[in-house]
Amino acid sequence: MPFRLSFRHGVHPPDSKRLTADVAVRRMPFPAELALPLRQHGGKPAQLLARVGDRVERGDKLAEADGFVSVPIHASAAGTVTDVGWWPHPDGSQARTVRIAVERFSPQVPRPRIIPRWEGLTPQQVVEAVQRAGVVGLGGAAFPTHVKLLPPEGTEVHTLVVNGAECEPYLTTDHRTMVEFPDRVHFGIRVMMHALGVDRAVIGVEKNKPDAIEILRDSAPDDLDISVEGLTVKYPQGYEKMLIKALLDLEVPSGKLPIHLGVVVQNVGSLACIAEVFQTGLPLIERIVTVSGPGVRRPSNLIVPVGTKLRDVLEYCDGVTDDASEIIFGGPMMGSPQPDLDAPIIKGTTGVIVLTERESKPKRSYPCIRCGRCLDACPMFLNPSLLGQLAQAARYDEMETAALADCMLCGACSYVCPSNIPLAQMFALSKAALQRQRTRVA
Amino acid sequence: MTEPRLELTASPHLKARDSTPRIMWSVVVSLLPVIAAAIYYFGPSALIVLAAATLGAVLTERAFGSPGSLWDGSAVITGLLLGLTLPPGLPAWMCFLGGAFGVGFGKLVFGGLGQNLFNPALLGRAFLQASFPAALTTWTTWPSEQANWWALRGDNLALPFVTPQVDVVSSATPLGLMKFEATSTELWPLMIGNINGSLGETAGLVILAGGVYLAARNHLNWRIPVSILATVALFAGLLHGLDGARYPGPLFMLFSGGLMIGAVYMATDMVTSPVTNKGAWVFGIGIGLLVVAIRIWGGLPEGVMYAILFMNALVPFINRATQPKVFGRGRVAAESEAPA
Repeated sequence: MPFRLSFRHGVHPPDSKRLTADVAVRRMPFPAELALPLRQHGGKPAQLLARVGDRVERGDKLAEADGFVSVPIHASAAGTVTDVGWWPHPDGSQARTVRIAVERFSPQVPRPRIIPRWEGLTPQQVVEAVQRAGVVGLGGAAFPTHVKLLPPEGTEVHTLVVNGAECEPYLTTDHRTMVEFPDRVHFGIRVMMHALGVDRAVIGVEKNKPDAIEILRDSAPDDLDISVEGLTVKYPQGYEKMLIKALLDLEVPSGKLPIHLGVVVQNVGSLACIAEVFQTGLPLIERIVTVSGPGVRRPSNLIVPVGTKLRDVLEYCDGVTDDASEIIFGGPMMGSPQPDLDAPIIKGTTGVIVLTERESKPKRSYPCIRCGRCLDACPMFLNPSLLGQLAQAARYDEMETAALADCMLCGACSYVCPSNIPLAQMFALSKAALQRQRTRVA
Repeated sequence: MTEPRLELTASPHLKARDSTPRIMWSVVVSLLPVIAAAIYYFGPSALIVLAAATLGAVLTERAFGSPGSLWDGSAVITGLLLGLTLPPGLPAWMCFLGGAFGVGFGKLVFGGLGQNLFNPALLGRAFLQASFPAALTTWTTWPSEQANWWALRGDNLALPFVTPQVDVVSSATPLGLMKFEATSTELWPLMIGNINGSLGETAGLVILAGGVYLAARNHLNWRIPVSILATVALFAGLLHGLDGARYPGPLFMLFSGGLMIGAVYMATDMVTSPVTNKGAWVFGIGIGLLVVAIRIWGGLPEGVMYAILFMNALVPFINRATQPKVFGRGRVAAESEAPA
């Protein structure tokens, strides 16, 4: 097979992971105040339970899942609810947010809790336990994990694909998880395989993390069929469809989910989180975050309580350099810039990347010269050059015919464009415009 | 902690280092050896022709192009490439006019960089060929037969609209010799360039080296020159094999006339070549077939210019027919062509 362990097209941005690749994960102290938005995941925002003045322990539920495609939000530190109202959200908008004044001298011990025993649970019960713990995909998309565990009627899952590719530059969140907590990853895989009823799991890790590959291989339990594969280092290898292509040589049909091929994909961080749920009973209240980039004084990998404000995280990393000019949540390829230092780290925040003026300085755009590099970059085999011209002419319906829906906004086209045409941005706006058109018609 | 002044830009926040001006200027750089060869063979005449054509192109871009568009380098390329397709003895004012026409009507009327259908340099040359057919086919005899390197190879300094005084010995190009006098030229002089012809027609190996340099930097699509040259070699080889006396050999076809500069520098113009790689093969094979057909069965000794211009016209159709097959889907019907 010519493209085994990789996919076709894609780009090679410098991975810049050396800044934090070997920095051990440290626990960040609890901040003075937490801000926990009710909307931290794909699906419906959680329904508020807490009221101003409530005294909460670490791990107490603040908001309940609203329906199946939703998860609850838990307090990530003991304290008092001081406010429920609008607060800056990492997506750039304002969102309903529970603020907690953290108790300064609390030991931060969670209440005694029942630890679910996974062995005896039916798949349905595992799904409920995972939802109760508020687990979402920790790779960035923050889609509720339990939803993926219930395959639709008539589909049979045969393989669990574990995503340890981490193709975004700078980020080492998954890398450190695999190196430092391999047993948790494997335990999470065990629970997952049990819940899904599959007997095969494949872990895909980009080859620029040889230590992670080795450790995962060495620590794999003997009684499970778990293989660890080193993948070609290429962006966006970590995107589900590309990962499945690389590991199983299967193409997820357009508009379909991996489950249609009998595959479930989980990020290593999510699996480690599931392991914690079934080992300690603790819900998802903290996560590993890479704080990196040329603009941060002390690049680190931190365990951060969910709801910690960006300001506190940066301060703990000795602040930013004088020429720091842009702060990004997530990786630099798909992450979103932060306008407000009060925006909190949420469940899906994989990293905090601080860029300097050198990286974020706007570059002049030139007309498209049809060099075709975007076509060679697009992992979905679209024609970004044509789509870009259609977007400029606001011909959205024709963009739909040209398969705009298959664009996942990975930004590979913008990355290679010698004319600095903001293709990915144009596609995001076009998708939104199409969405508006559709709702207006309906 | 001091509060940074926060910028907000759209993702991706990383950019590959290459840029459009960088691509253009690296083409100019790769042309320098070709220009040097032209000057070596044709003396000051080469300089006059190149300078006049480039000046015409650049001044037109400056006058009618969008602000700052001069610095993207595309007008300079048009001028230099046009100059390299012209005979050394061409009057400077004609060169200037060709450059101005190429940029003005070959590019700017379409909307500037990226919008034109035809290669501007070749359009400039086609314009000159139609306007001044005699001057465009006057080839000075190979310079070594001339005593003085400094002597002009023609009436370069003729005043506009005055019939040029041709007082130098002229003779035909190798292709002309082949076509009209059935005389063949030896191969080695063809490769290194001491033959009659246009400025850039003569040093095939130097042009090839420039092409390799650009391909290595991903500043041209190697599929285009490779498919053109391979098609010409195969097609000419086939004919030569059928009747060696009537049809010239493939190497002669490769290194004679404007094929090298056409395949490496003209056909690979990104704007006027297909955007897909599959399209690039189709485009190159089409050019190769047309070149051989025109040279052998056409009424002209040389067919590179018309072959490329003809295939330029087909690029929108080639693009449409070679849309990539979307991941997880069949080919998407590209019902719409890019808006102008």
